[in-house]
Amino acid sequence: MLDQVVFYFFAVLAVASAILVVTRRNAVQSAIFLVTALLATAGIFLNLNAEFLFIVQVILYAGGIMVLFVFVIMLVNIDVALHQVQFNRQWFVALIITAVLAAQVVAAIAVSRGSLYTMPAAPAGTLEPNTERVAFVLFHTYMLPFEIASILLLVAMVGAVVMAKKRV
Amino acid sequence: MNAIMPYVFPVLFALVIVALLPLVAGYIVLMERKVMADMQVRLGPMRVGPHGLLQPIADAVKLLLKEDIIPENADRLVFWGAPLISVTTAMLALAALPIGPFFQIADLNIGLLFILGISSLGIFGTVLGGWASNSHYSLLGALRSAAQLVSYETSAGMAIVGALLLAGTLSTRGIVQAQSDTGWWFIFVAPVGFFIYLVASIAETNRAPFDMPEAESELVAGYMTEYSGFRWALYFLAEYTNMIVVASIATTLFLGGWLRPFANTRALNFLDYLPPLLMVWVAGYCFRRTPKQPVAVQKMFMAAVGVLCIVLAGVLAMPLVAPAGSLLASSKAGIHGAFWFLFKVGAYIYVFMWLRFTFPRYRFDQLMRLGWQFLVPLSIVNVMGIGLGLALHRQLNWPNGLSLPLGNALTAVAAAYLLSAAEKHEHPRVGEEEEETPVHA
Repeated sequence: MLDQVVFYFFAVLAVASAILVVTRRNAVQSAIFLVTALLATAGIFLNLNAEFLFIVQVILYAGGIMVLFVFVIMLVNIDVALHQVQFNRQWFVALIITAVLAAQVVAAIAVSRGSLYTMPAAPAGTLEPNTERVAFVLFHTYMLPFEIASILLLVAMVGAVVMAKKRV
Repeated sequence: MNAIMPYVFPVLFALVIVALLPLVAGYIVLMERKVMADMQVRLGPMRVGPHGLLQPIADAVKLLLKEDIIPENADRLVFWGAPLISVTTAMLALAALPIGPFFQIADLNIGLLFILGISSLGIFGTVLGGWASNSHYSLLGALRSAAQLVSYETSAGMAIVGALLLAGTLSTRGIVQAQSDTGWWFIFVAPVGFFIYLVASIAETNRAPFDMPEAESELVAGYMTEYSGFRWALYFLAEYTNMIVVASIATTLFLGGWLRPFANTRALNFLDYLPPLLMVWVAGYCFRRTPKQPVAVQKMFMAAVGVLCIVLAGVLAMPLVAPAGSLLASSKAGIHGAFWFLFKVGAYIYVFMWLRFTFPRYRFDQLMRLGWQFLVPLSIVNVMGIGLGLALHRQLNWPNGLSLPLGNALTAVAAAYLLSAAEKHEHPRVGEEEEETPVHA
């Protein structure tokens, strides 16, 4: 019962702030709502007893990436953005496409209702010790994919530096 | 009833911390002013209460009565909320810290990561406050603060990783336990890591010599320029809470947490009598100064402080003289643990103040160069060095006394190399290429 209440609280918070990210005119306010959405997602992770995922979400997305976002936004001239058209004028076409997509999703769920299977949430305590379990899976079972992903990130970083700096 | 029981003590303890924190922060400010006065050969605040002991109370009342101003073009909601973010995150981070083996709000599996993650959110308070003020000084202060924090968080995090490798757990209690088991505080096993964390934590808390975000000669007061009254007090509280948090992390990770010096050596058990004796000594000083106070009220107050110290000494001494096996004797670990933890945190904060009044402020480019070109590479080498030491010990069965110093030696060599490289950068020989000529201020 309490789990459900907590879940819906964070879910509603995440969705509502995600919508506000798009609709706010002011870029800094959008960034604030994006942080809220990310933190709400972290809250859902915590509710699922995934402590490590929760704190990584907070450190990486909210505390790391978003700080850099806000940092860059502050250097941008916000007054210019305030006077520009925020949304594309072809909203009517977009509405139709969205409606079609939504209808598809609803139809898919309705058709496959009987065969949809959701994993039950892990009961409290079974995911302990959380950090060690995540580490074991990452560095043992999925060692190669993990290393490939990290090399990919490294390549992206080096590439960004090379592109940004004329003389390395 | 049984469902509530596990929450009673943590909630009580959290309430005590939140209630006491403003007072503690106020007295840290007083301590700072007194230390500063001492280093500049003057007396410091002496008027309010004996030896200025009531100064924090007076300051707090003044702050709360000040007019609360919100600038005309400020983003009101963000301006209102930003100090709250700073204070909340700083206080939340205290939740996972073990003040002695019995006083801890929550022992989390992700303990240390929790503290780091939550306190890294505090930067939003600074940045948003600076932005919402709609003032150039505030914005520049906020930008400097963000740049500084992001740069130094990297090296602080890597320094912490080094110690975590040694402990093998993220739980704050487990880290102290690991130091108790090996009998070596991690400052002796990973001295370079401690040094990196010390420097990075000064930069992270925006304190001199790295107090660029609020450099008063350049930016008035940085991101809090437009703040006044209660909101300003909240920023101040957050700043000092953050100091306590980084000092507590350093104490837990490197200085043995709640452990007494030489906790495993039975022959040195007489060190247990040190805390009560220290308290008696402070009380003695208070009583000696009592007759010299100018007014009768101040005399009484000074004597009362002395009596308080005697009471504290009694509390610290009671578990020692109580018969073994009684409840009092078993409370020794809790009471003395809390004493040693707070003592070490205080010592760490004292070092902060000492450095503040000793070094001149860095220039911003110097700060960035120190962070990115010295501390970050050094902290990465430090992690590798400690990892190498542990691997040699575990895989090849080298003795700990040989493998870990080897790892540290590797780090020291790297530090020497980086320093010599920096030296070359700072004073290039004639003819060597150098794009930006260093400015000697």
